[in-house]
Amino acid sequence: MSDYNFAYLDEQTKRMIRRAILKGLAIPGYQVPFASREMPMPYGWGTGGVQVSAAVLTPDDTFKVIDQGADDTTNAVSIRRFFQKTAGVAVTEATSQASVIQTRHRIPEEDLRADQILVYQVPIPEPLRFLEPSEVETRKMHALEEYGLMHVKLYEDISQHGDIATAYAYPVKVEGRYVMDPSPIPKFDNPKLEMAGIQLFGAGREQRIYAIPPYTQVVSLDFDDYPFQPTKADHACDLCGAQDSYLDELLVDDEGGRMFMCSDTDYCATRRKQGHVGAQGVPYAEDAA
Amino acid sequence: MTPLLQVENIAKFYGPRIGCTDVSFDLYPGEVMGIVGESGSGKSTLLNCLAGHLTPDRGVVRFDTRSEGLRDTITMSEPERRMLGRTDWAFVHQHARDGLRMNVSAGGNVGERLMAVNARHYGEIRAEAIDWLGRVEITEDRIDDRPTAFSGGMQQRLQIARNLVTGPRLVFMDEPTGGLDVSVQARLLDLLRGLGREMNLSAIIVTHDLAVVRLLADRLMVMKDGHVIETGLTDQVLDDPQHAYTQLLVSSVLQV
Amino acid sequence: MISIENVSKSFVLHNQGAAEIPVMRGASLNVAASECVALVGASGAGKSTLMRMIYGNYLTASGRIMVGEVDVAIAAPRDIIRLRRETLGYVSQFLRVVPRVSTLDVVAEPLLATGTKRDVAVHQAEILLTRLNIPKRLWQLSPTTFSGGEQQRVNIARGFAFPYPALLLDEPTASLDPTNRATVLSMVGEAKARGTAIIGIFHDHAARDEICDRQFDVTRFTPGLAA
Repeated sequence: MSDYNFAYLDEQTKRMIRRAILKGLAIPGYQVPFASREMPMPYGWGTGGVQVSAAVLTPDDTFKVIDQGADDTTNAVSIRRFFQKTAGVAVTEATSQASVIQTRHRIPEEDLRADQILVYQVPIPEPLRFLEPSEVETRKMHALEEYGLMHVKLYEDISQHGDIATAYAYPVKVEGRYVMDPSPIPKFDNPKLEMAGIQLFGAGREQRIYAIPPYTQVVSLDFDDYPFQPTKADHACDLCGAQDSYLDELLVDDEGGRMFMCSDTDYCATRRKQGHVGAQGVPYAEDAA
Repeated sequence: MTPLLQVENIAKFYGPRIGCTDVSFDLYPGEVMGIVGESGSGKSTLLNCLAGHLTPDRGVVRFDTRSEGLRDTITMSEPERRMLGRTDWAFVHQHARDGLRMNVSAGGNVGERLMAVNARHYGEIRAEAIDWLGRVEITEDRIDDRPTAFSGGMQQRLQIARNLVTGPRLVFMDEPTGGLDVSVQARLLDLLRGLGREMNLSAIIVTHDLAVVRLLADRLMVMKDGHVIETGLTDQVLDDPQHAYTQLLVSSVLQV
Repeated sequence: MISIENVSKSFVLHNQGAAEIPVMRGASLNVAASECVALVGASGAGKSTLMRMIYGNYLTASGRIMVGEVDVAIAAPRDIIRLRRETLGYVSQFLRVVPRVSTLDVVAEPLLATGTKRDVAVHQAEILLTRLNIPKRLWQLSPTTFSGGEQQRVNIARGFAFPYPALLLDEPTASLDPTNRATVLSMVGEAKARGTAIIGIFHDHAARDEICDRQFDVTRFTPGLAA
């Protein structure tokens, strides 16, 4: 039994966060300021995501945490254990079995359902920040829908690199109104932002929450003659053979040898359990980690 | 003919100090009005009140908008005024860095206003940027350079291109040649004259340099201590000044 | 075409103890189309002053100066600007040009300002410059580096580029050799034949007598100098 209030935060704080979440859902893509609390991890380690998760978790939920697709990184494990201790909720690595999924920088490969919530960890919520440092000015731009500057960023990419070089945190327009930073997910994941699940975004250090309700229109910004392309490495997963999942690239020796593996560890493991084997993979064994 | 800009009794105070007061004039399409005065005369305050950067304490500034005729820009909503500032109006700052994005390429700077009014074809935006850079005598090979790599005169010309790309009808200029070398000034003024004529621009130019107004302005307003002390045709005010201060100003200019 | 009625002017020099210098009182003059009137009088009597008042360059203290339908003495600046563009030309004594503009563009300017197509305007400028013996090799250069005589001829070319109904000429034959002087005088004659009303100041008495129909003595209206 834990001495903590359910999910660590006091009830007043959870209410405040829930109000912000409701406002965010009512105005898709709009950054709602909230009173971000001191959490037992430093800023920059997912405090926004943790606060949103804490506010939405109920005792019956099943919780999953992924960090760049993997359930087993240090930080994913820490956060999962944090909620096991403070909320006592069931945890899982299987995407299909989770009701609340907290993620850092990836969307699971498997489509989410209407009864699932995806909580994103967000470092810098303001998509215009790197072009316009003034918060006063960016707030005006959002309020007045003055988004010319966003296209300037894409123009600069094309003029410097021959194509829109933004590979992650690719800006999107939500429900035809607000331009939003979808957090540093690879642009490959952008099409998945139109989903059946509820998406909540928390930035603890910057003190903003935003949200996308289910089945909301999310369009990645582009030019008529340089349309958006959700690209990934031109390779299949070496472990499970998947052709359409986002891949991590791993160097395996000093001679440039490399392998590509699904970034989503649960997706890869599930496929291997089903018998799929990739170019460098071995058949699934129960005792494999 | 409807005036493009109708200014009535503009005044701006800083506590008991007068920034500017009792300023009224009409500006017609294609006319260039110069405002001269020494430091502290109120000319920059006036320009900022007219351009919507400062809110005057009194007075009206009516602009002949394309869709709704004469509208008071002081009481206009902020979104409308900002839209005006991106389309029909232009503001050339004394220091190019105040009017440019220094961390964006020249092409991006010129293209921004186009993208702000929903231009969405990269190739077309770039072509228009190249065209405008050419008109301000910046070669095509500089289009991807940042303004930090440009000389002062080039930055100023880039600022002009950036402002004129959406075909504004009224340009506000604050000391456009301030701080530039003399030969660079001559080139810039020549450019402004040519573009102004070609695009039938109206302009309000604030400067302390009488040579600039003689070259660019049809009409002249002389300001001192926040008041307009003389106004009329540029050549008349400079060649036949009536007010004591104007006479002093004109006689103080060194002849080369 | 030009009608000056009871016109007066003084200069007040504020920075010299507010000294008031009356320079003209009660001047009246009518100039009809195709007429050329010479302003005469001693140096300092007010010939250039009157000319500048007609052009709107100097303010008129009282009286009327009608050029066509416009009273220059009280007209709004933009009306005078339009008058200068379409109706009233002025060839001053000295060429005043914007630096960096080529001779061809200087001369074509009055035509461009009234909406003439560029190629037509430039062609007209070339004809005038040829007539006034400005060599072709100078056409792309700015006249600021030319000799006094060359500048004067460019000045005249510019003044005659557009067929103004009224023209003011201040010493048009100064600094000119006999050939060019004759050319200018025939150009003035052609303008007269076109119906232009002309007021001129000529120190060159022979030129004056050749093309002017009558003389107007400004001395009669100069306070302190009136006979």
